[in-house]
Order: sequence, then structure tokens, then C-alpha cells
Amino acid sequence: MRGRQAITYAVTIVLIYAFWYLLSLIMGSNILPDPFHVFLRGFKEIATSSFWLHVQASILRIFAGLFFAFILAVPAGLVLGSNQKLDRLFSPLIYLGYPIPKIVLMPIVFVLFGIGDIGKIVLLTMIIFFQLLITTRDSARKISTEIIYSLKSLGATRLDFYIHVVWPVSLPGIFTSLRIGTGTAVAVLFFIESIATNRGLGFYIIDSWGRADYATMFVGIIALSLIGIVLYEIFDLLERKFCKWKNQ
Amino acid sequence: MATYHKFLGVEGLGKTFFTEKESKIVLEGVTFELPFRDSLALVGPSGCGKTTLILAIAGLLKSTEGSIFFEDKTVTGPNRKIALVLQEYGLFPWKTVAANITLGAKLQRINVSDKKIDAIKKELDIEGLDHLYPTQLSGGQRQRVALARALLLNPLLLLLDEPFAAIDTVTREKLQNELLAAFIQRQFSFIVVTHSIEEAVFLGQRIIVLSNGRPSVKAIIDNPNMGHMDYRNQPAFFELTTELRKILEETP
Repeated sequence: MRGRQAITYAVTIVLIYAFWYLLSLIMGSNILPDPFHVFLRGFKEIATSSFWLHVQASILRIFAGLFFAFILAVPAGLVLGSNQKLDRLFSPLIYLGYPIPKIVLMPIVFVLFGIGDIGKIVLLTMIIFFQLLITTRDSARKISTEIIYSLKSLGATRLDFYIHVVWPVSLPGIFTSLRIGTGTAVAVLFFIESIATNRGLGFYIIDSWGRADYATMFVGIIALSLIGIVLYEIFDLLERKFCKWKNQ
Repeated sequence: MATYHKFLGVEGLGKTFFTEKESKIVLEGVTFELPFRDSLALVGPSGCGKTTLILAIAGLLKSTEGSIFFEDKTVTGPNRKIALVLQEYGLFPWKTVAANITLGAKLQRINVSDKKIDAIKKELDIEGLDHLYPTQLSGGQRQRVALARALLLNPLLLLLDEPFAAIDTVTREKLQNELLAAFIQRQFSFIVVTHSIEEAVFLGQRIIVLSNGRPSVKAIIDNPNMGHMDYRNQPAFFELTTELRKILEETP
């Protein structure tokens, strides 16, 4: 399974490389540098400490955003999904809050939390939070009455119910949401790093673009994409490890 | 051995389900007793409240009328001496067979020796399945695992809600034999809910026929010949199944 996935990745990379190369031939290397040139630039860039400072800033923000969204949304989702009264109470708030594009709240968040790392992490957290909350809540709602009766008859406490039923039932949904959230988080990260900062891959890309240094710009794009891919794979790996029963 | 004035007593039990628009009476005036080490089969048409009655005895559903006594005490919630095996086995799909079997003991913080676990697995023919998940098991194996989990807790009362409903006839009869063997060897009572007339006659020392009419209990039949593995081949078995079939055909 893993071998097949590795082959898929390899084939995709080769196809992208070929397509990119052809496109650079058609458009001219001034507008779209050929991939070999970009990779050479990439090797030069990864030898500099400033490149890694940008990578470090982006990784810190995205990890912090995912972490805070996780510790806030998952417990709340588990409780709401397994408690009808609380769910009914908070549903209107979630229905109102979820559709609002949180990115438009950026100015307010930056006024409240500053334009530094905290403001950016708060915004990332807000965006991932709702996605994770709704998926977790909906997963926890799927618990059958049969399972609840079965557990209660075995002498389970409320805490046991969360540990042995709600958490494992919700875990596949949580991982799916984290994987989807990764894509959203990377996109938002690029946006919020492109303004009011001089650190992060978003800034790195926009700065290179402004200087018409397209090869460096592509190095930044690849680095940001790699962060997304690595995070996606980590969640995929964790799901396979902790949700073995789903793959049987 | 403990003696009880009432091991299990159900007195005037009624259950009404209320929705926003209407109320539905599911059980009314159910009264019976079950002595320790006796067995009881509950039969009746769909919707007559068999599962509701089982869940009420397990302390998982509150009745709207009457009382249930277990070991002379009113049942107000789940009791560790009462084990439940449900129609869909009630196994946890995310836990392995080994974890499912020992879950009850773990939750009740009971130390169970590996020897005892192995003995139960051997008794129910589920050795070598420890690392599998319930979805990897056949219906019969799943039911055996559910039974093993219940028996590991040494319950005094075992409640089984249509335990063998989704299993082929041959496996079903094997499982009925295994349940009977466990009942003879161990010290517990059991109540089995079933749609099968043969199963009710083979497993129930007494058979209660529930109906959709009021009161809920249509008939209580004694089955003194129950308790032998070859009971299915005896004339008394055929006579009782015929009698029970006739009662059920007349039951609303």
C-alpha cells in the first residue's frame, strides 16, 4: 500500500516536472523558469540560514494554529456530539459562526492580537477550529444506541464513555478534518504572511515575486507545498496507526 | 449460595414512550418472577416490547409504571451482576477481540487471570482470534466473543436480546447448545428474547408470550423438560413448539 503510494507520488512528480518544463519552453524562462533552474536555486537557498528562518516561522505558525484548533475544537466537538442538550444550545452559534469567512475578520484579529505571530496564529486557529469542531461533533453523533447500552451495561462511567466510545468513534473524522484543515491552513498562512511581516514563506514568495526573482519565488512555493504534503502525510500515518480497525 | 426472597421480580411494569405529538404504550402490567439459576424466554410479535423489557431489567431504561427487583433491591440503574448481550452483539468495532472480551473487567476494575480468559475462549471456541477486529469475524464468532465478555464478569443474570438472530441455523443451534452448557455448568439465570419458537422452547425453563394487546403478557408457559442437549429430538419439544406456535398465531 505504502509502496503504491510512493510510486504514485514519484509518477506525479515526474508528470509535474515534464508539464512544467514544457510550459517554461512555451512561455519563456523569464516568466516561468524551467524546473531544473528552480531546483538549482533551491539547493542554493537551503544552504542559507535566512531561508530556514522563513521555513521555521511558517512551520511554527501552522503547527500552533493546528494545535490550538485541535485542543479547543476536539473536546468541544466530542461533548456536543454526545450531549444532545448542549448541542441544541450551541447549534445556533455554530451555524452562524461557521459560514462567516474568518479571513475577513483579519483586520479585527490584528487590531485585537497584534500583527505579530499571535494575531496570525489566532486567525489560523479560528479558521481550522470550526471545520474541526463540526467534523468532530458530527462523528461523535454517529454513536449507536446499541453501543451506548452495551457500554453502560458493562459498568462504564461518563469518562469511560468518552475514552472507550466517543473518542475512538470520532478519531477517523478528526483525522479527515485535520487533513482537509491542512490545505486550508497552508492557503491562509500564505495570505496572512504576505502582509505585515518579513518572516515566513508567504513573505518569501511575495518578496521574490516583487523582485521578479521567479526562480526563488518557485522555491518558496515548493517549500510551502512540501509543508502541506508532510502535514497531510503525518495525519494519514497517524490515522493508520490509531484507526487500524477502519482499514480491516 | 445466596438466597433471595426475590432474585428477579417484575411487578406491574409499564412503559410509555412520549414524543412531542403522541404517547405510545409499549408495555403494560408485566408481572413475573425469575428464581436464581432459572431461565426465561421472551417471545412475541415485533413491537410488543421485548427489548424494552430487557433494557428495563438491565437498568438502562426507566419504566413509567411498576417496579423491578433484583436480589431484593429495586433496579434503578445498571447493575454489575447483570450482563447484557445485544442483538447486534454490542461489540466495539475499534477494539480487538482480546480488548472486547476484557473490557467489562477493565471497566469494573476486576483482575481476571489470563488462565480464566483462556478457559472462556476455549469453552466458546474463540481461541486465536485475539488480534482480529469484530468486522473480521463471522456472525457466530462475534456472538461468541460477546458471550465471552459477559461470562467473564460472572454475572448472576444474563440478558440476551435476540442473540442468535443473524446467524445461520447450524451455527445458531451450536450457540444455543453452548449457552445451555454454560448455564448448566455455571451459576446464573438468563433471559433470552427471541423470535424463534424452537429457540424459546430449547432455552426457556419458562416462556413468556408478550403481545401488542393490553395487558402485555399473553401467556406464561412452564417448560420443565428444558435443560437437555437432546431435547430438540423429544416429543415434548414438538408438543410445546406446536402449542407455542398456536398461541403466537393468536397473539396480536
